[in-house]
Amino acid sequence: MTADLKQLHAARDAWETGPVAKATARFPERKKEFVTLSGAPVKRLYTPLDIADLDYENDLGFPGEYPFTRGIQPTMYRGRLWTMRQYAGFGTAEESNKRYRYLLEQGQTGLSVAFDLPTQIGYDSDHPLARGEVGKVGVAIDSLADMETLFANIPLDKVSTSMTINAPAAVLLAMYIVLAEKQGVPSDKLAGTIQNDILKEYVARGTYIFPPKPSMRLITDIFAYCSAHVPKWNTISISGYHIREAGCTAVQEVAFTLADGIAYVEAAVKAGLDVDDFAPRLSFFFNAQMDLLEEVAKFRAARRLWARIMKDRFGAKNPRSLMLRFHTQTAGCALTAQQPDNNIIRVTLQALAAALGGTQSLHTNSRDEALSLPTQESVTIALRTQQIIAYESGVTSTIDPLAGSYVVESMTNQIEEAAVNYIKKIDELGGAVAAIEQGFIQREIQESAYAYQKAVESNYRIVVGVNKFQVEDEKLPELLKVKPEVEERQTAKLGELRQKRDNTKTQAALQQLRETAQTDANLMPAIIEAVRTYATLGEICDVLRQVFGEYEPSVIF
Amino acid sequence: MERPIRVLIAKPGLDGHDRGAKVLARAMRDAGMEVVYTGLRQTPQQIVEAAIQEDVDVIGLSCLSGAHNHLFPEVTRLLKEQNATDILVIGGGIIPEEDIPSLKAAGISEIFTPGTPTSVAIDYIKEHVTK
Amino acid sequence: MTTSSTHNQTSWAQRILDGDRRSLAQVISLLENQEQEGFNILKELYPHTGQAHIIGLTGPPGAGKSSLVDRMIQEIRTRGHKVAVVAVDPTSPFTGGAILGDRIRMQRWASDPGVYIRSMGTRGSLGGLAQAVYATVQLLDAAGYPYVLVETVGVGQSEVDIVQVADTVVVVSVPGLGDDVQVSKAGIMEIGDIFAVNKADLPGSQRVIIELESMLDLGSHGNWRPPVIPTVATTNQGVSQLVTAIQDHYAFLKENNLLMEKRLTRQKESVLQRLTERIRKDITELWTKEHGSQIWQDLAAKRIDPYTLEEQLYLNWKGGNTVDKKD
Repeated sequence: MTADLKQLHAARDAWETGPVAKATARFPERKKEFVTLSGAPVKRLYTPLDIADLDYENDLGFPGEYPFTRGIQPTMYRGRLWTMRQYAGFGTAEESNKRYRYLLEQGQTGLSVAFDLPTQIGYDSDHPLARGEVGKVGVAIDSLADMETLFANIPLDKVSTSMTINAPAAVLLAMYIVLAEKQGVPSDKLAGTIQNDILKEYVARGTYIFPPKPSMRLITDIFAYCSAHVPKWNTISISGYHIREAGCTAVQEVAFTLADGIAYVEAAVKAGLDVDDFAPRLSFFFNAQMDLLEEVAKFRAARRLWARIMKDRFGAKNPRSLMLRFHTQTAGCALTAQQPDNNIIRVTLQALAAALGGTQSLHTNSRDEALSLPTQESVTIALRTQQIIAYESGVTSTIDPLAGSYVVESMTNQIEEAAVNYIKKIDELGGAVAAIEQGFIQREIQESAYAYQKAVESNYRIVVGVNKFQVEDEKLPELLKVKPEVEERQTAKLGELRQKRDNTKTQAALQQLRETAQTDANLMPAIIEAVRTYATLGEICDVLRQVFGEYEPSVIF
Repeated sequence: MERPIRVLIAKPGLDGHDRGAKVLARAMRDAGMEVVYTGLRQTPQQIVEAAIQEDVDVIGLSCLSGAHNHLFPEVTRLLKEQNATDILVIGGGIIPEEDIPSLKAAGISEIFTPGTPTSVAIDYIKEHVTK
Repeated sequence: MTTSSTHNQTSWAQRILDGDRRSLAQVISLLENQEQEGFNILKELYPHTGQAHIIGLTGPPGAGKSSLVDRMIQEIRTRGHKVAVVAVDPTSPFTGGAILGDRIRMQRWASDPGVYIRSMGTRGSLGGLAQAVYATVQLLDAAGYPYVLVETVGVGQSEVDIVQVADTVVVVSVPGLGDDVQVSKAGIMEIGDIFAVNKADLPGSQRVIIELESMLDLGSHGNWRPPVIPTVATTNQGVSQLVTAIQDHYAFLKENNLLMEKRLTRQKESVLQRLTERIRKDITELWTKEHGSQIWQDLAAKRIDPYTLEEQLYLNWKGGNTVDKKD
């Protein structure tokens, strides 16, 4: 310790034993211990003593430079604001197409497609398990025909499209590629993202189909195919969002997401790809929760840790391979059904954390999402929230404005360190896939979720409107309804398609797919051919189910 | 020996968000109940069959995908068909207030919306299960 | 319980024989709750028992027992038989509650009329695997399930208790869970009639197999040398062999007149356990009635020592007990 720090140390001790002791003797603090939303202890005061070991150039560096703690671009929001990308989609392809075209007319350049659950799990709309779910949480896509409708009059070389699709990501991407071809757009002009992150489906989101091994193969096949044919496509969005929604802590969100990332990189390297060929197209997706300081620290820690992992563990050389680019969505689980307008303020704070944390794109939740799908009015308020932060708050004028804050830097260090320890543990278990199969990650998430619930129920944690400041007899807001006819219409259309298409061609393409699945060859070309013959999503996934089997979840309590 | 209340917790439909269901299952266990957990993607038929084989006192359904209006009444309809309407059915998830009357009319005894403490659901069960 | 509503002319026993699964389930609850009504029904059904092959599965948590049971159900169904499963999970000693999660793995069979699955908590009963399981198994036997699989928690005492229930005990091991400990754990080698090494596609499985084989070579087994069968529940590998081995073991027991012997031992044990439990209850009731909490206060205040107290209570009970009056 330098002489200055020693002196400071003494001064701080004097402050604690002097003024602080005196004050707390007269007025005890509100709580015995203060903790973050994740339960990490928070000190009364942070000083240079807390970041005495921080090495500016090694640990923070400059924006756009390793280890990217301060941001991945040299000018950040001074150059370009984050992409404001609102996730939307419901009912049939026609309805969603209308919404997208409206959004594009309003100047939005990025589309974000939400699919309904049958689509996400690879069932056609007429599957028995799809009953009641068609068009509910997103748009129903059964075949290329629906994709043609969904993107009618939308030039695919002019938009970037993000698709929240995982287990059948290869099929939806194939549909997008064939659709572009029909529009005369070559695949190397296509820009967009597929979520394609199966590991977090196993632990948190639940829309899995196949077991880990073939699922990882599908993912690396996509990496390989896209690096050759769709170079501008983000082939995966490695997601901590849903893991956090399932109840984990900030540290766990970073650790489990990056551990998943490591698993994908390892799988791709093992499949023979060069890390710098695919790593620049990896992207991430995080949650923005309520604890502002902890969240800012989390984003910064994640960025620094990923850069270090890619450099030290995988020897990546391309600077773009080292950059953790991420999308953020505000925390759905933080929204309350009680006094829903309060959620506007919650989302504001969360979105602010994302901006202060240097996100590349942002979805702000709507106030009524704890009650149902958002109305147009709520979505507009949510979008305006981002715009106010971007244009009015001033936080976008300088890069990484909270850097150097004793508390933020200290929390950044602590989150990184704790995440490193978790990743070490996961490595010992054999990596993320093994840790999931053994239920380790699920158990950790559940422990945190249960601890949080108990903290709320015992009033240790206050949630405004839920366990404090409640009101009786709330006025209910106007809610959006999805019409039940959607299911019938979609099913009827599907029946027609099965009649109209050239079934000999479809069957041949499906047979070709089956044969390919039984070898080690890249699956993408066979899936593209099947899609072209209007084979349905369910038919394609059924072939793969027969060859690959289905995932059976671990039961963890 | 006082016999524990037996509850079946199920996620009907395709929705994979099971945080609430699992937290509730644990809270019920900690309240001394026996909780049969059936996991994701259950059809109403599977749920009812399991409930009968397990001889549970309560079925707890959780759905966040908006498919509750189809799935919940299907469960109570099948229970009727099996002469098992004495099994208490409760539901939770993202369920708009305006849907609740029709769900109750279909035989769902109570609906718990987001933010309900687990203790409320547990107390409700203790009050309404007739042994 | 609400059984009266469905209680018409036909008796419980008859409805169970007719294949009414709701009645079956409700009577299992009676047995599980140790209610006399349940045992009265079981008495009526007793002549119908003795037909089922009772198979116990035990092994450490994480061995994939439930997945293996799921595959065994599939195999047994493919061979054209009905099958019942009793899956036992630990009850929390602190709250008396339990999460019974084994069923998830088998839930695809929920709607198959040839499969009956029942989850049970250990409920802290003496002897781990409860007498309730034994009674339940007999009921399922009488209800016409020719195969009854009992899956037990692989911790503590219950692994050994499975012997009191099953004709054939399958010990499930798995590589990578601290193999040495689980394989050589006292008592485990002795109770297994068949050893399944699940997740046999994982590295280290060969070592577990070799270790098991060599330990079996050291032991004495009479005429049945337990086979070691590698399985992969997720891909169904080895499951058919496992079911065949189970059937072989049953045939072996029958051919060598060991089945009757085994079952008689079990029945004796059951009678003794039930009797002990009944007497225990009696004694508890007696002293509560006669002494209230006074005796515990005396004990706490050291007005009496626990040994004298025990003697006094015993003599007291024995004096008032009709069976022992002639003493």
